[in-house]
Amino acid sequence: MAIKMHILVCGGTGCTASGSKEIIEELNKELTAHDLNDFAKVVVTGCFGFCERGPIVKIIPDNTFYTRVKPEDAKEIIEEHIIKGRKVQRLLYVAPDTNQSVSDSKHMEFYKKQVRIALRNCGFIDPENIDESIARDGYAALGKCLTEMTPEQVIDEIKKSGLRGRGGAGFPTGLKWEIASKSRVGEQKYVVCNADEGDPGAFMDRSLLEGDPHSILEAMAICGYCIGANHGLIYIRAEYPLAIHRLQVAIEQAEQYGLLGKDILGTGFDFTIELRYGAGAFVCGEETALIHSMEGKRGEPTFKPPFPAQSGYLEKPTNVNNVETYANIPVIINKGADWFNKIGTEKSKGTKVFALAGKINNVGLIEVPMGITLREIIYEIGGGIKGGKKFKAVQTGGPSGGCLTEKHLDTPIDYDSLVAAGSMMGSGGMIVMDEDDCMVAIAKFYLGFTVDESCGKCTPCRVGNKRLLEILTKITEGKGTMQDLEELKNLSNVIKDTALCGLGQTSPNPVLSTINNFWDEYVEHVTEKKCRAGQCKALKKYVIDPDKCKGCTACARACPVSAITGTVKNPHVIDQDKCIKCGTCYEKCKFGAISIK
Amino acid sequence: MDKIKNLAELRKMREGMQGKMSMRENSNSSEAIIQIKVGMATSGIASGAKETMNYLITEIDKRQIKALVMQVGDMGYCHAEPTVEVTIPGKDPVVFGNVNIARAQEIIDKYIVNGELIEGILPANYRSI
Repeated sequence: MAIKMHILVCGGTGCTASGSKEIIEELNKELTAHDLNDFAKVVVTGCFGFCERGPIVKIIPDNTFYTRVKPEDAKEIIEEHIIKGRKVQRLLYVAPDTNQSVSDSKHMEFYKKQVRIALRNCGFIDPENIDESIARDGYAALGKCLTEMTPEQVIDEIKKSGLRGRGGAGFPTGLKWEIASKSRVGEQKYVVCNADEGDPGAFMDRSLLEGDPHSILEAMAICGYCIGANHGLIYIRAEYPLAIHRLQVAIEQAEQYGLLGKDILGTGFDFTIELRYGAGAFVCGEETALIHSMEGKRGEPTFKPPFPAQSGYLEKPTNVNNVETYANIPVIINKGADWFNKIGTEKSKGTKVFALAGKINNVGLIEVPMGITLREIIYEIGGGIKGGKKFKAVQTGGPSGGCLTEKHLDTPIDYDSLVAAGSMMGSGGMIVMDEDDCMVAIAKFYLGFTVDESCGKCTPCRVGNKRLLEILTKITEGKGTMQDLEELKNLSNVIKDTALCGLGQTSPNPVLSTINNFWDEYVEHVTEKKCRAGQCKALKKYVIDPDKCKGCTACARACPVSAITGTVKNPHVIDQDKCIKCGTCYEKCKFGAISIK
Repeated sequence: MDKIKNLAELRKMREGMQGKMSMRENSNSSEAIIQIKVGMATSGIASGAKETMNYLITEIDKRQIKALVMQVGDMGYCHAEPTVEVTIPGKDPVVFGNVNIARAQEIIDKYIVNGELIEGILPANYRSI
């Protein structure tokens, strides 16, 4: 009997963390218990993207999309759905606007506006099974390039597609390959995949590698063919164990099939790939620092030029691209540049993968065509702000980017419009903030991150960022002056202009963009000593309402610094000089007499 | 595993594998292809819906017809089980009653392949929302 149903279970990091491994075990156990192993099979896939509702289980062929599945639900899924054909209603996604359950993912708002090119196989194939990848045109593009196209033709096709680097800066990929191919012809060259994804809240590259590792391997081989390299390296952080495992399995399977190694598909082209592990330093996402780290040296950037295309890994010409950039290559070759360059805007072609995080209803991984507006992403795909709060800003480009506000909601998103709005595309992290987020505190958070991650090689970054952080801390503690705000601006501009590498040159961006968009909030912190979001602890003031206070003494007994005085059955008072704003009194009061001002 | 020696071999392998993945491909574009729903509630199963469904799946697979066979719950025609609903894109769904293997074969041969209507169509007495 042929297999008639596939049960796809998400095996991405998010769903694995919330128990998809146990679900898989239970499902298999139930299938065996009901003697259904030749009727249905469990397939572990990559990320479906709807991480908010994970773990996800999808039943094929009826495309039923179960959310937040627990291992205990396996029995019911098998007995009700697989055996009797009745959907388990309580596990279906309920659309918040209509309150109706939606069983087919195609009809969910979250998926309606998405166009999946880079993520085409994520959540669809078993990433540890090369055969499923081959069924979805895996390695077909490599075969086409090797047998039917010259390297120049491939590069022309990529140039024509308009693909730009998905790592952040948006350099045209075809041009990059052309420079590498013309550099020191005949010498040993290298192809490098930058999988050192370090932005807080970003998980695009990890999900791609976990869900579809073969596409990356294939694209690296195509790049090797174009630039004249026969060795590739993937620089990946050691803290991505699942992605590393899937890559190892994929490399092994591709080698067994002869799709990597010597004489690929009988064309005489050799290409091998090895993994290099990073220890998780943000600066190693910068290409020169990444190359040094791979060489076994300290992960510190060096001045460009020379660019890696001239002198990179082991001082040989090296082409470095980001994971998502590579993921687009096989599709462009298979479907043609003209198909690809019809998607997107005039200067930014194709799609972009974003990791939606923060105060948004549908946290997850999405892929949208360039030119979509922020409003569509946040309110349609993202399902709006959590708890019905008011949208305040969204940070794109992580610690190197800036924030976009309400006035940018209808701007079509592409590389250039984001730069014009004072932010950047970045690798695709999108952190949504609501009215409860203090923008000064946000800038301080990102600065804290860059100060930690600065390698310390150049003074502007090492010292300048530290000073920026100190000023920001001063402001959030209510000790800032208008002079500080001026200094904040000046110092930010100096760091931008003088730092050695991308990390330092972009680290003041969160400060500058929050100053530009939320200047009045900064001023409020300084002049009125007020934080409207109530996030800056030092600016909070706990006050007892004498009319409501019954004099029970509970707060005074709980206060760790004895800042509350008063006698039994008489209203108490908080000494603001002594108060450390810990909030204990607020929690202890049974009469709601203590308020935060 | 043997090595894949050339592009032709890779393409052949892809075609071989695509059959196994077609169920997933088709479910992604289910509005565009023929959908066959088999009522698999207690009454359906008791009257042999499982055998009918198995036959349909095997036959559709064998003849390489682009169609999706799904099991669904009770369609309400308990007097005429097993019931099978066939939706050809662009046409209204048609429900066939008392579908044993012989009738299933007839449905494929006449309705699905040629679009001819056959005896034993149940009047549709409901509207889906």
